[in-house]
Amino acid sequence: MSPSPEAIAVAAILFVVIAAYALFGGADFGGGIWDLLAGGARRGAAPRSLIDESITPVWEANHVWLIFILVLLWTAFPPAFAAIMTALFVPLSLSLLGIVLRGVGFAFRHTAERLRMLRVTGAVFAAASLITPFFMGTVIGAIATGQVPVHPAGNVLAAWTSPTAILTGFLFVAACAYISAVFLVLEARQRGHQDLMRYFSLRATAAAVLTGALAGGTFAELSSSAPYVYARLTGIALPLVAISIAAGIAVLAMLWLRWYHALFLRATAAIAVATVVWGWGLAQYPYLLPTSLPLAAGSAPTASLVAEFVVTGLAVLLVAPGFALLYFLQQRRMLTAAETDADLRLAAKIEQAPPGQPAAAPAPAGTRMTTALVLAMLAIRAIRDAFSSPRRR
Amino acid sequence: MSAVAHVLVVNPVPARSQMGSSLGFHIILACFGIAFAAVTMIAEWIGIRRGDAAALLLARRWSKIMAVLVAVGAVSGTVLSYEMGLLWPGLMGRFGAAIGVPFSVEGVFFFLEAIFVGVYLYGWRRLSPWAHWWSGMPIVVAGLLGALSVVAANSWMNSPAGYTLSHGKITSVDPVSVFFNAATPYETTHMVLAAYMVTGFVTAGVYAVGLLRGRRDRYHRLGFAIPFTVAGIAAPLQVMMGDVIARFAAHNQPVKFAAMEYVSRTTRDAPEWLGGILINGRVYFGAAIPAFDSILVGFSPRTQVIGWDSVPPDQRPSLPTLIHLSFNVMVGLGFFLFALAAWQGWWWWFHRRLLMTKWFLVPSALSGVAAVAAMEAGWVVTEVGRQPWIVYRVMLVSDAVTPASGVPVTLGVMLALYAVLTVVSIGVPMIMSWRWRQEAPAEEDTEQVPYGPPPAGASPAGPQAPPAVPRASSGGPEAP
Repeated sequence: MSPSPEAIAVAAILFVVIAAYALFGGADFGGGIWDLLAGGARRGAAPRSLIDESITPVWEANHVWLIFILVLLWTAFPPAFAAIMTALFVPLSLSLLGIVLRGVGFAFRHTAERLRMLRVTGAVFAAASLITPFFMGTVIGAIATGQVPVHPAGNVLAAWTSPTAILTGFLFVAACAYISAVFLVLEARQRGHQDLMRYFSLRATAAAVLTGALAGGTFAELSSSAPYVYARLTGIALPLVAISIAAGIAVLAMLWLRWYHALFLRATAAIAVATVVWGWGLAQYPYLLPTSLPLAAGSAPTASLVAEFVVTGLAVLLVAPGFALLYFLQQRRMLTAAETDADLRLAAKIEQAPPGQPAAAPAPAGTRMTTALVLAMLAIRAIRDAFSSPRRR
Repeated sequence: MSAVAHVLVVNPVPARSQMGSSLGFHIILACFGIAFAAVTMIAEWIGIRRGDAAALLLARRWSKIMAVLVAVGAVSGTVLSYEMGLLWPGLMGRFGAAIGVPFSVEGVFFFLEAIFVGVYLYGWRRLSPWAHWWSGMPIVVAGLLGALSVVAANSWMNSPAGYTLSHGKITSVDPVSVFFNAATPYETTHMVLAAYMVTGFVTAGVYAVGLLRGRRDRYHRLGFAIPFTVAGIAAPLQVMMGDVIARFAAHNQPVKFAAMEYVSRTTRDAPEWLGGILINGRVYFGAAIPAFDSILVGFSPRTQVIGWDSVPPDQRPSLPTLIHLSFNVMVGLGFFLFALAAWQGWWWWFHRRLLMTKWFLVPSALSGVAAVAAMEAGWVVTEVGRQPWIVYRVMLVSDAVTPASGVPVTLGVMLALYAVLTVVSIGVPMIMSWRWRQEAPAEEDTEQVPYGPPPAGASPAGPQAPPAVPRASSGGPEAP
């Protein structure tokens, strides 16, 4: 039984939306990661305020992509949604925890006045930005490796704690940091902050290299853990993989040459990420859950798929102009948060900070990253133990 | 003890508790998402149109509060989307193709809302006054239509339609019938009115406290009058709507209605119970109005009201006392709020002034709490009343619940997090308002607003007439 054209079309829409979330939502998470790595209160003030300025007005709209993914998945492919949500209960709950904490951080951030409170909310915000993409990555890794059964009897811990899934989690974190740093270079350029441009350019390069390395590692892992996906990645999806690699190298070159073109740099970096998402989608075809649930068996009746089509059309009609307006205003810096209250004072404080200092002293990113990784591993171990006890087989 | 642990693991109770608590939390914020933009825009409209500094200041401050509530609401809404799958994979796996349709439509409006919230909240400084005002309009419209879509999904659970099932699998779907099922027009209207009442009364309640403490300047009077008017218009409509919906429920979900009204046997001359606890089939501590339930249902004492004996015991809601008392609380508070609004309406009609007596302001200060309690009670009625079904007469809650272990853990974490979220969404606005007063106590009448009339020189009295003129000070903000 081959999938209906409607099912293929809605699956294609789903992957466009996933790519959009990876780019826009991912960049916001990446902002949180750079916030985490920005160092002490004084040194980190300038990059933090840039991150804050560029994320605050748009994060909520960017977050809605995620809702759209969930809604599309459960309406168009209900059995896959039910299976994923059951088998991957734990990492999904943890990514949700991250989302909630990030929201709390956002809500509180702009009212917290004293430095200590700012630090706490900032830390919550930043930690959440690390947790969410990591666990989302493990979810994708678990799906790609075919570890999600169609009718799970409960949590499947092995699915998302496999080396491939964990690597995918780290890949997601690195990719978020990468895309965010590239966007932040351009944000800094727009605001004329030369030092911050260099600051984020350096970080974008580092994150690009790390992302490339992790992507290579995941790719190698897939050869043994997900033979079907691997075969298609090196087969029909190979052009997309090649484009992604080429775009990644092009971004590195642009950063190296300091050719910060607003459109080209942004677009190339976006292509590097989006093609990976689409490559994954193409590699899974025709399976929703490789290789147990094919698209044809897992899709909703035609009318529901058509309804999703109409909804998508409505979204393009209504949401696209809205987004265009939002980003236009944002880019023209028509949306400013600082007014009265703490914001203004904070902004004043930041302007008093001696210029050039952030670039002069890059954060000890390596040690922090390592600590974070070790802590994440320990946390996974602890969670795994906690959740596997009630029904151990 | 192990039996208890077993129940905790396999029973839908933890999942229901988690869903119930997160829905009960989100719904309050959702009300603000639906209606707060409208209230704020009325203030802004008055501010721009009349060059009223106090109104503009209110609008600007409300929009800052909105930023906090919307952020928390977006998060708690995401939690609900996740929980649909995390807790009820049985429901989504089988009926996702149907119930997903209204959710998808909601997604579009949520998008629109989120985008324009970004523009509205952060556009105060740089956008021109009317451009800024109009940037709020999509939030109001998207709030209404988004509420319509999400509540349509809940209506579908109460009144499933528009799908065919064969061998436990959906084979065809009619999206329009799913969306506009029999319960949709009733539930959505009820919820939108409730949202305007909750938002209006809660906001007005805050300023009623200010008025009670003697801050009777124009800023506080307007801050009370605008939201109170909005809620006061919604309140009588809600009372009428509630009556219509109860009759609809009596026909569409008779067993739920029987639990709401303590109708144990199908009967004519059914009495209307006020209060009372049901123990072993008998009502204690309640007052019965003879035949009044029959009159409410069919305008005649001879109307037959269906009791819960019409279905076998395992298909009856398990907590009739909770359902009945919640129903009583909702109706009672609804009438209380209606009376409050009518009192002020009467006074305004004849005296063109706000009531400043303690007898009015103290209940007004509590009206927000009352509105929230009434709405929560209403949700208890509709959700607990639907039990044991998750899709009325189609799917049992116990068939939909996740087999994944760990729900008690997530329930615990969720409760802790929601305690934090509650503190944030109440505490942050409180800190804000405290800080606003600390920073510039005199500012509330005269502060220079981001745009609008320039304050004539440095004169502390604004360009407007002195603020003590009662005529322009209160009520009827919609009137041009």
